[in-house]
Amino acid sequence: MNDMTLLERGVQTDDIKISARNVEVFYGDTHAIKNVNVEIQDKTVTAFIGPSGCGKSTFLRCINRMNDTIDICRVKGDILLDGEDIYDPKVDPVQLRAKVGMVFQKPNPFPKSIYDNVAYGPKIHGLARNKAELDEIVERALRRGAIWDEVKDRLHSPGTGLSGGQQQRLCIARAVATEPEVLLMDEPCSALDPIATAQVEELIDELRQDYSVVIVTHSMQQAARVSQKTAFFHLGTLVEYGATDRIFTSPEDPRTESYITGRIG
Amino acid sequence: MSDATSGGAVPAAGSRRHGSILQLDARTKKRNAKEARFRAYGLGAIIIGLVFLVTLLTAIVSNGVGAFQQTFIEVPVYLDPQKLDKTGNRDAAEMAKVSTFGYTPLIQQGLLDLVDREGIDAPFEKAGDMKALISASAAAKVRDYVLANPDALGETRGFELLASSRVDGYLKGRVTQESVERDRNISAEHLQLADALREIGAIRKGFNSEFIFGADASESRAEQAGIGVAILGSFFMMLVVLAFSLPIGVAASIYLEEFAPKNRLTDLIEVNISNLAAVPSIVFGILGLAVFIEFAHLPQSAPLVGGLVLTLMTLPTIIISTRASLKAVPPSIRDAALGIGASKMQSVFHHVLPLAAPGILTGTIIGLAQALGETAPLLLIGMVGYIATNYPDGISSGFLDPNSAMPAQIYEWAKRADPAYYERAWGGIIILLVFLLTMNIIAIILRRRFERRW
Ligand SMILES: Nc1ncnc2c1ncn2[C@@H]1O[C@H](COP(=O)(O)OP(=O)(O)OP(=O)(O)O)[C@@H](O)[C@H]1O
Ligand SMILES: [Mg+2]
Repeated sequence: MNDMTLLERGVQTDDIKISARNVEVFYGDTHAIKNVNVEIQDKTVTAFIGPSGCGKSTFLRCINRMNDTIDICRVKGDILLDGEDIYDPKVDPVQLRAKVGMVFQKPNPFPKSIYDNVAYGPKIHGLARNKAELDEIVERALRRGAIWDEVKDRLHSPGTGLSGGQQQRLCIARAVATEPEVLLMDEPCSALDPIATAQVEELIDELRQDYSVVIVTHSMQQAARVSQKTAFFHLGTLVEYGATDRIFTSPEDPRTESYITGRIG
Repeated sequence: MSDATSGGAVPAAGSRRHGSILQLDARTKKRNAKEARFRAYGLGAIIIGLVFLVTLLTAIVSNGVGAFQQTFIEVPVYLDPQKLDKTGNRDAAEMAKVSTFGYTPLIQQGLLDLVDREGIDAPFEKAGDMKALISASAAAKVRDYVLANPDALGETRGFELLASSRVDGYLKGRVTQESVERDRNISAEHLQLADALREIGAIRKGFNSEFIFGADASESRAEQAGIGVAILGSFFMMLVVLAFSLPIGVAASIYLEEFAPKNRLTDLIEVNISNLAAVPSIVFGILGLAVFIEFAHLPQSAPLVGGLVLTLMTLPTIIISTRASLKAVPPSIRDAALGIGASKMQSVFHHVLPLAAPGILTGTIIGLAQALGETAPLLLIGMVGYIATNYPDGISSGFLDPNSAMPAQIYEWAKRADPAYYERAWGGIIILLVFLLTMNIIAIILRRRFERRW
């Protein structure tokens, strides 16, 4: 995969999709995210990079309120999605999560058939009027997840019977099937081989036409390949945020430079 | 650890040299010996357990199997119209006025005539002497037959009647000619006559279906007693337990596990549920007495009340096992469902509950099995000691009319003086165990079926 081809396909807009203001996250007494301000653009791939344990996953989970499920977790500050505060008491997190989908760090397919895994989201959101439509949605999602060819002959065998990398792509297909506006991906390629990784990266670039994608990654090359914006986290703070090519060529903060040249993390 | 201190200084990394892998070093030998010892303990424990199990089963089967056999006596009875239908017009209402006392002499005479006809040498002249051989229940059986078939009057019909419990015991070896010396109910001569009748085929042992399907009998008629009515009592009780404890228990567990906030109050509830599981069952019995009978005025000895009391007892078991199986479902499944916009409820009912179902089922069936075998709480609501001689007629009667339950019936029999009842108690235990075994097998089958859907 050539770095340039992806970057050249510029449909970048300057619309702000998500804007975080003074976000603080605590796990009990642990202060995991410290005063993070960031504006994530629509139809853009934004990469979160940083050393392990710096709070990338934590911040990502704030954006679709998955942190609500952790009892000890408290979130302060505002996160606006299309100008609306997602932590407003009037917001139902379930409705929010249909709009902001997520792919998790560890593949977690349902212990059901491959078909049911993908069809579940469209079913509960009423996206298909009949079986034929549902079949079509499932096929399209599996194709976008770059796994269709591998599973098209065994759609009704269990999703848990796939390899780790296939499971992750199934999870991506499952997330895409519900047609979210924002897709959060937590290290989606950590279990994939280079070919599958390239396919997922291509998918991410394609998703950018319609969605805003936020991806956490440990691979600097991946961040450089797929993202237009990069945010560098360190010890719970957002150290630097800017256009990807600028971050990788002339970082402003010495910590960013050390990290991308491999000295911390 | 001891090996690190022996050399004094800690060796530098990478400097350790291993010996040949063909030779076991001291540490490996020690480790292997430890493992071998542990295996021996484990094997020993299992063998001890098996020995107990085999002893128990042998004792139960050898003591109880007799209850499934019963001695019958074939008597030709002349159905004398003079005695049984004095008016002579075969009027059912008139005939019903003749009680079993009218039939007893005819049966006894029939047996005496048989003895004479066969030329058996016996020192008995009066018909009343035959009383010792025939069960007191025989008259009722003949009477029922006559009332159903009035045309049989005036004829001699053969009846297969229950032998008395002493004769039954004699054929099974429980009673001997010596042991009856001081028995007022039967004499050694009677037993000799029984031997003779056995030779001509008038007395024989047969399968005792009445024991499984029949009703309990009074203390003096051990040969007639069956556990069937008590089985029905237990069945209705289990229906009540299942109908209440499964929905309540599962709903409570799902709420506590998935929805309730984790705070002081829920902690307190959690601790109390665990404590309830350890409360002696008789406490639930007295609670049931106070609440269901004295306060709510539900009928005494009724399977409905028994079932409610056992529900109280079973709930903690079901809640604990359900919560454990809900906890065992990996959180990533919940995240996956929530992550694509499923509601909490959808994630629980579509994904978590199906995965927890085998565990919930097993817990429920174990709870039910426990309840099925429970006796103590039934003491206090009057099910123990109730002589279940009548079948309930209909569903509501099954729930509301006084009845006994299997373990209560067994306890009742074990308490009675007649040794014939001892055998019935063991027989009852065999039936109870068969039910428990069946429930466990059902649990295993259901479990398999659910698990096969991954
Ligand atoms: N459920 C939790 N309970 C308590 N502390 C948590 C929890 N999840 C994360 N943390 C803490 O929050 C901090 C940030 O964790 P987070 O998972 O966001 O890191 P990360 O940047 O995603 O790391 P990695 O790259 O290894 O995935 C860590 O110090 C971690 O110990
Ligand atoms: Mg992470």
